[in-house]
Amino acid sequence: MSGGRILEKLDKVDRRVIYVLMALSVIVPLALKLDFPIPVGSGPSMNLYDYIDNLPEGSTVIVSYDYDPSTKAELQPMAVALCRHLFSRHIRVIGMALWPQGVSLGQQAMSNVGDSLGAEQYTDWVNLGYTVGGAVSILRMGSSIQAVYPQDRDGVPYDSIPMLNGIRRLGDLQMAICLSAGDPGIHAWVMMAGDTYGLPIGGGCTAVSAPEFYTYLGTGQLLGLLGGLRGAADYETILRQRNPGAPRGLATPGMAAQSISHLVIMAFIVLGNVTFLLGRRARKGGLK
Amino acid sequence: MRLVLPLAVTFICGMIMVLQFFIPHRPFSSMGERLTDWYMIVASAAIFLGAINLIQVHTARIQHRLRNWQYSPVVIIGFFAMILAGLFWGVEDGRPFDYMFQTMIVPMGATMFSLLAFFVASAAFRAFRSSNWRATLLLLSAFVVMLGRVPIGDVLWRLVPGAAAGAHPNLVNEIAEWLMQVPNMAGQRAVMIGAGLGVVATSLRMIFGIERSYLGGAE
Amino acid sequence: MRVSLLAVLMLALPGGAQPPGTPAAPPGQTAAGPVGPTVASVVDLTAVDTPNDAGGSIDLAWGLSPDGVVPDSVEILRTAGDSTVSVAFVPAASGSYTDEGLRDGVSYAYSLVSWFSGSAVGAGPGATAAPSAQWINTGRIGMLVILVLLSSVILVYIERAKRGHKLYIREIAGLSAVDDAVGRATEMGRPVLYIPGIMDMDDIQTIASMVILGRVASKVAEYGANLLVPNTRSVVMSVAQEVVKESYLAAGRPDAFRKENINYLTDDQFGYAAGVDGIMVRQRPAAIFLLGTFYAESLILAETGKSVGAIQIAGTAMVSQLPFFIAACDYTLIGEELFAASAYLSREPKLLGSLKGQDSAKFVIMLLIVLGVAASTLGEAWHPAVKMADFLRFLTHVE
Repeated sequence: MSGGRILEKLDKVDRRVIYVLMALSVIVPLALKLDFPIPVGSGPSMNLYDYIDNLPEGSTVIVSYDYDPSTKAELQPMAVALCRHLFSRHIRVIGMALWPQGVSLGQQAMSNVGDSLGAEQYTDWVNLGYTVGGAVSILRMGSSIQAVYPQDRDGVPYDSIPMLNGIRRLGDLQMAICLSAGDPGIHAWVMMAGDTYGLPIGGGCTAVSAPEFYTYLGTGQLLGLLGGLRGAADYETILRQRNPGAPRGLATPGMAAQSISHLVIMAFIVLGNVTFLLGRRARKGGLK
Repeated sequence: MRLVLPLAVTFICGMIMVLQFFIPHRPFSSMGERLTDWYMIVASAAIFLGAINLIQVHTARIQHRLRNWQYSPVVIIGFFAMILAGLFWGVEDGRPFDYMFQTMIVPMGATMFSLLAFFVASAAFRAFRSSNWRATLLLLSAFVVMLGRVPIGDVLWRLVPGAAAGAHPNLVNEIAEWLMQVPNMAGQRAVMIGAGLGVVATSLRMIFGIERSYLGGAE
Repeated sequence: MRVSLLAVLMLALPGGAQPPGTPAAPPGQTAAGPVGPTVASVVDLTAVDTPNDAGGSIDLAWGLSPDGVVPDSVEILRTAGDSTVSVAFVPAASGSYTDEGLRDGVSYAYSLVSWFSGSAVGAGPGATAAPSAQWINTGRIGMLVILVLLSSVILVYIERAKRGHKLYIREIAGLSAVDDAVGRATEMGRPVLYIPGIMDMDDIQTIASMVILGRVASKVAEYGANLLVPNTRSVVMSVAQEVVKESYLAAGRPDAFRKENINYLTDDQFGYAAGVDGIMVRQRPAAIFLLGTFYAESLILAETGKSVGAIQIAGTAMVSQLPFFIAACDYTLIGEELFAASAYLSREPKLLGSLKGQDSAKFVIMLLIVLGVAASTLGEAWHPAVKMADFLRFLTHVE
């Protein structure tokens, strides 16, 4: 087979070959439980961790689970790691969601972590549930949280929930954390809660959305940001470094798989470019 | 009248929301709060509209035996199964609704999203070609960010003699972070300003009745 | 009622608390019992009308003397006329409290009592204020100025366009490919697929997409091809049906309009993506238009479209999705080119004027950025630069 034919075959490799190699690049590291050290320097993940770590005990933080099952792989590890950090610091968590399916995912994170750390529902955490208004709901919560949530997800009246005693509006909270997969999400929280009511905002998002939130990091409108699975793995790593005994989490094992799959994609890009450049040379009368 | 009423409502509500942002005095602040309450009520009703529309569309498909009508009973059965499970047994953990959500909806949603991994790989192979210097620069930046966002980037960097003990043992991650915080942030800021202006312009057109396409094509 | 509340509070607290308002024991001494540690006293109490609010609210602020331990809590007492009421017990270190539900114009006197180990240990200084409502939020004046400026620019240009002024918009590259794409589909006998994004009609990109749909539908009607428009929102479906029907009517082919080809699939993002992928794989369209707001489903749609061999023209202002479209599609309208395309095609004054207004507003913002960077860079070296920087900060600050 001539060099030209080989180039042609490589250039037009069946996409199913690519799919199989991608699948193997994710499955094999997970099956072999490969592990790479995760270096965490100063950056958006550390900034978020430090801010939460410096909150006084007994503070109340609202966590908005604005994602759905499709992005659970990236955002649920963040939710679990954040809940672990907040509960271990005896910070009370008000859970809510601007996406309907976020309610159950948030409930899962808070109840599982709460059970493991002895955090009680209604005393240490509460799930207010889903609100349909998006950014408008956040705006309304700025003057009255009870107007948006007269009862929690399970129908318990707002006034009957012990940990919400004295919490009337967003200004009574110490921070809001938005875990967002799209819209409504971090943009709405920054605009409506951060800029309008001065509430400190932290964020977590999918990796593809992370670049657009760096604008808020630059101006201080976001205190910190967990970007994608790497952000979640960073947070888990910092938690383990500062709290020996903390579990490994869901994101850290995924880093090895992500590393290998990135290398595979890069290899394909290099292969594509090599065949492209050699082909271009051949067309100009170089190689046959 | 058909057009006048919705346009008037849009204008009045839009102006109240703008004014209440700048005028804290009564009655503007309380009017703003009332409007946001009404918005949440209307938005809740819109969910029902969407559900009713779904049933209407799929019932019509079954009745008229339109193309691929066989999938419509599946939609309707799934729709009512979730509603009835939630109504009769509640939505708490461990109930049928939660079981169906965790075992069916969650894996299906995650599966669809995971297709992106394969599509990204095939798109990258086919399209990321270094055809000119701009594309080459883009490619190199992409490589740095792809390596910097995973631990293996710095694992490979530390294989370079002296790198691990040097001043920048996580150099790849630092360069990736710089790319995100400087060139990326500059571009994103410009896009955000442009998008923000687009929202301002469209909102102005809607408030003043210049834009009416949201009324359902009733021009 | 208020007096008895006080009595209940006094009885409830152990240690024989002194009634508030009576001369207090010096810090470090309780009314009864052994001498305790020195307790820091409350100093510098201020009471001011809460700024920029709807009235009925007073802001209190205080400090603690540097000597002594921090009190457990501070009791806030409010006196109006002859009656004194205990408003709240707050952590002493919090340093501030907002008292609400008051009557505007009424003067309220405040005093604070420190509590330590269940005993009142001393009363601090007093302060007086009367709440009132403000007509203008002074913390947002800068934003009001910018809003009026930008809105005026946009509205002026819309008005100019309505009056017939010619407003130039450069030709958009992807648009010339629209005719070729529809022609290709006609020759191959395969349908044209139009995907208007996944958001509702209140989204500006969906509005722009509807305008371009009208143009595509005209071409499809003219060439006699088949047009499929699956939607994820029912309102968008209604609008799309109207737009396509009008286009077919204008092209003289009302008989060719098929309402069932413009349908609603599902609101769910990935359910919609799966449905559209199914249409692509089964019907194998020769031309695919992806114009509007897209999220994570963009690459799924574009790659599947590529795999069936269709020519693809995409356009979105979602920055995170643009790279996927650029990689998988033949032509991509980037960001505001989508809006420019809809203005260019429709020649509607409101769209043209709006686009030109936005461009001018961007120019104003660029000017402010350059001035701000220059002012910050020159800094203390030139006094007018400091003034400029302060002014720009005032303009852009929002409370």
